[in-house]
Amino acid sequence: MNPVRLTGRAALLMTRGIGAVTLFTLRGLFRLRPFYRRAFAAQLVQIGWLSLPVVGLTALFTGAALALQIHSGGARFQASDVVPAIVAIGMVRELGPVLGGLMVAARVASSIAAEIGTMKVTEQIDALVTLSTDPMRWLVTPRLWAAMLTVPVLVGVGDIIGIMGGWLVGTQSLGFNSTAYLANTSAYLERWDVVSGLLKGVVFGLIVAVCGCWFGIHSGRGAAGVGRATKSAVVAAAVGILAANFVLTGLFFE
Amino acid sequence: MIQIHGLHKSFGGKPVLSGVDLAVGQGESLCVIGQSGTGKSVLLKCILGLTTPEAGRILWRGSPLDQATRPDFLARFGMLFQGAALFDSLTVWQNVAFRLRQRMPDVQARAIAIEKLGRVGLGPETADLMPAELSGGMAKRAGLARAIADDPAVIFFDEPTTGLDPIRARRINGLIRGIVTETGATAITITHDMDSVRAIGDRVALLQDGRIAWEGPVPAMDRAAPLAGFLGNTPSL
Ligand SMILES: Nc1ncnc2c1ncn2[C@@H]1O[C@H](COP(=O)(O)OP(=O)(O)OP(=O)(O)O)[C@@H](O)[C@H]1O
Ligand SMILES: [Mg+2]
Repeated sequence: MNPVRLTGRAALLMTRGIGAVTLFTLRGLFRLRPFYRRAFAAQLVQIGWLSLPVVGLTALFTGAALALQIHSGGARFQASDVVPAIVAIGMVRELGPVLGGLMVAARVASSIAAEIGTMKVTEQIDALVTLSTDPMRWLVTPRLWAAMLTVPVLVGVGDIIGIMGGWLVGTQSLGFNSTAYLANTSAYLERWDVVSGLLKGVVFGLIVAVCGCWFGIHSGRGAAGVGRATKSAVVAAAVGILAANFVLTGLFFE
Repeated sequence: MIQIHGLHKSFGGKPVLSGVDLAVGQGESLCVIGQSGTGKSVLLKCILGLTTPEAGRILWRGSPLDQATRPDFLARFGMLFQGAALFDSLTVWQNVAFRLRQRMPDVQARAIAIEKLGRVGLGPETADLMPAELSGGMAKRAGLARAIADDPAVIFFDEPTTGLDPIRARRINGLIRGIVTETGATAITITHDMDSVRAIGDRVALLQDGRIAWEGPVPAMDRAAPLAGFLGNTPSL
């Protein structure tokens, strides 16, 4: 086939795909009546509370490793005392949201896609329709809002734990004074550093939930279909987060 | 009550329904039989709007069933799915009371759910189990309880007795017949079980090669040539 036509077709397919996902997202976000409160509360627990351990551990080790890196890297130009500031800025602006988002993608996008996909192949979604309940409102809306609200909170908690990880390494093995370390952190950290990271969290949460719901609802038939849906949801969420992070970082800091 | 005219549906170029005509009257119990894979479940899904047919009209109380009228239809409707399709995330009673809980307090909805579970032969101890803890036959009966929980005017049963032992099957047949005669509900039952047809059906339709190959009252089916294969050796899944 001729390359121009091939490119054209690919572009068309992609545009159509983006349009469909956008429409799906808007429907999921704004079909609020009736709002299923019980389903929403369950998702706050599932997506937010139960992700805390994994996000916390990720942040702890990342902050600790970052402190070691900056210390040894900074030594090359006699700047190892910037450790507290760099750890804080690096965590809060970039690593907290991105790594937290990726961990949530692995944990939540997969489980949403698998759950909704299984519901689809076992006709539970059809059953919802026969019980006069819109699957969008019952399944998708609570998940989108729960993820958008809890992921920034997870990012915030991760920021604090990550900074603490850096502080632990800094004071226990790099010879920093505890009060000086914390004072240095708060002196260099600006409000926008934190807020921008939390905003990233909102967007990443939305990406994770949309990917999980979209691939779940469009799951193929049978166990193989659900397996494919789960895999696609995680891959799409992870790539989506990294791409969105690039765009948002450009928007926020350029 | 429900009329179907010239319904066509295919999946990926493979025709499943090719011109189905069928009608069910108010308070009538229609059984649809046919070999596995002839599109019986697909026929139900077209009526429900879960899949869109390529051609054909579906009328409910004389007006076409579409986006605008379907909510009214569904509000008066109950369905038992072939695989029960209970919601995994809810307990058995919450499944049965799914519709009821949207308009009454939980205590009241639960009491009705337990009563309906009793009618299908499930004791109150099953109410708080999760669907994953039920056997296939129990799940089927819980699905049946959910279908009849809100006293619907139209009920679809997709293979209500498949996977049940003969005693339970007889009891479920009796229950379905009872619901139709007591409440005047309209029932469409898909089944492979000729005993079911005799127990619950007023009329029978045979779906074959995408069309209704034979249709008539239950007592006439013994003399109907197209049904000979079904009557001779009751096909099992
Ligand atoms: N969503 C779908 N996509 C593709 N093909 C489908 C789909 N749903 C049904 N089919 C096909 O349509 C045909 C009829 O399926 P259907 O489930 O209606 O059979 P059935 O008559 O209910 O059989 P059984 O008695 O085994 O339940 C089958 O060949 C099936 O493969
Ligand atoms: Mg079927």
